[in-house]
Amino acid sequence: MTLTTKSKPEISQQTLNQYELVVGIEVHAQVLTRSKMFCRCATDYAGAPPNTRVCPVCLGMPGSLPVINRAAVEATMKSGLALNCTIAETAIFARKNYNYPDLPKGYQITQYEYPSCEHGYLDIDLEDGSTRRIRIRRTHLEEDTGRTVHVGQYTLVDLNRAGVPLMEIVTEADIHSPEEAYAYLTRLRTILRYLGVNSGDMEKGAMRCEPNISVRTLEQKARGEYGTKVEVKNLNSFRSVRMAIAYEMERQIALIESGGKVEQVNMGWDEQRQCTVLQRSKESAHDYRYFPEPDLPPLQVSRAWVEEIRAQLPELPIAKRDRYEQTWGLRRAEADILTSEKLVIDYFETAVAAYGTNDGKPQRLANWLTGEFFRLLYTDGDGQDLRQIADAKVRPTQLAALLQLVDDKVINPNTGKKVLEIMYATGDDPQQIVAREGLAMVSDTLVIDDAIAAIFAANAPDLARYRAGEEKLFGFFMGQVMKATKGKADPNAAKQRLQELLKG
Amino acid sequence: MHLTPEEVRHVAELAKLHLTDEEVAQYAGQLSAILDYAESLQAVDTSNVPPTPYILRLTNVMREDQPEPSLANEIALANAPDSVDGFFRVRAVFEE
Repeated sequence: MTLTTKSKPEISQQTLNQYELVVGIEVHAQVLTRSKMFCRCATDYAGAPPNTRVCPVCLGMPGSLPVINRAAVEATMKSGLALNCTIAETAIFARKNYNYPDLPKGYQITQYEYPSCEHGYLDIDLEDGSTRRIRIRRTHLEEDTGRTVHVGQYTLVDLNRAGVPLMEIVTEADIHSPEEAYAYLTRLRTILRYLGVNSGDMEKGAMRCEPNISVRTLEQKARGEYGTKVEVKNLNSFRSVRMAIAYEMERQIALIESGGKVEQVNMGWDEQRQCTVLQRSKESAHDYRYFPEPDLPPLQVSRAWVEEIRAQLPELPIAKRDRYEQTWGLRRAEADILTSEKLVIDYFETAVAAYGTNDGKPQRLANWLTGEFFRLLYTDGDGQDLRQIADAKVRPTQLAALLQLVDDKVINPNTGKKVLEIMYATGDDPQQIVAREGLAMVSDTLVIDDAIAAIFAANAPDLARYRAGEEKLFGFFMGQVMKATKGKADPNAAKQRLQELLKG
Repeated sequence: MHLTPEEVRHVAELAKLHLTDEEVAQYAGQLSAILDYAESLQAVDTSNVPPTPYILRLTNVMREDQPEPSLANEIALANAPDSVDGFFRVRAVFEE
């Protein structure tokens, strides 16, 4: 159903510099409710047989009436507040009319002239350390459509998804690079997931992004003009959004440079070939004939209701990150990673509560968590998905206990890593593992002295060379001591005893 | 107020209706007459009336987020002209 566009030629940096990229992004995010937007069908359609989460309302049967799901409205208000939006005192649902089998009613219930949330913004951090503000035009509530499968001369329709609540979050055309788009989307997803209003799963279609992409010359910019925009669909990861924007920017600039004109069309992203392709669409322009939904009374949102929702907002990821830096002395790098995922934040905070906030403990914990622990998580799990921390056998309090054992010099840091691996595999307490495996650090100087005596006996020539002035052999002896004690020797004690005994 | 044949054809296309030229001419006349009649409402002075998207004195009619059992698949498909493997089946929506 697609036509390929001409491959893009190479464009010089000098030419690129004469253009500005202008992007606005629409995000559709399924709201995590148990029942659908306007009926009581369950939303757990993933993996369910087709048309088993349907009822007269979402099948568009005559005489059925929609009723608004309060949880979906409140989730939208919550999202709007987190995105610094104004929450409208009156929100009105409207009918967007079009005929397509994925919507049996012949219209989608959405919000049009009176959306729930408007005029917000999201601040994003770029890699060079600068911050940019992306304005949010609106956030409104609507219903998802059904799923269609095209098989030969037929289209198969499954309406399990039809009527699932869907938030549409629309930015102003404030995005000027693929990196900004990526930064905006990752931050938005973190916030939505943190609020518990969306799963953030792009592969499962729970979050979908449609960038509107155009370019303009600097002269056009000076005159306040915009280029013709192209909408790109079928993007199933933030990475592909970034690549599609970069691709479209170069395609459009090359087209203009060669004397052509950008057409207002819908493109799709071809993941295999890494390019945008034209999507054939019907000639007739969309004409949705919006009008207020006569079956749904307006939402009157009192300021008391808004304040009630605001009071439920958790501390947002950026505020958390700043607090970790300022009050716990965490470095930005670790603070960023830890606050990128709600489950990790919960894990980290529980562990800090058990471990303590004095003497740089939070940073030490952050190092272990983002280092050894995440390495185990990634190796063991399915890709670099931090949500897998929910399945980890190691409880946050156990991780705190492990670090305390290292602090108390019961075990040395290297042994700590070994213990963590065993904890990760078994879920056992670190104290138990240390006792069972005999890993406690040996600081008993008699034991260390015995080991050193044996080493001296076995390496008499080296001992002689050392004593003749070859001091670099110290490392060799130190290694032998650690080996003889199976890594359990307290490094400081061993070093001190070795220095003394080497003197002879 | 007179609807042009083009406007009638456009509305017919949005409604997925296939009209003959005779029907277009006939409906242009009939629909224009209906619109003319409705247009008499324009005579009312509404300058002091706020936009009224909903006529009843109702707001915030909502329900709690509590799922209930859906229809069985056989019942959901019972009125469908065509179905297969639990799906509704319609003619291909893409024209080849």
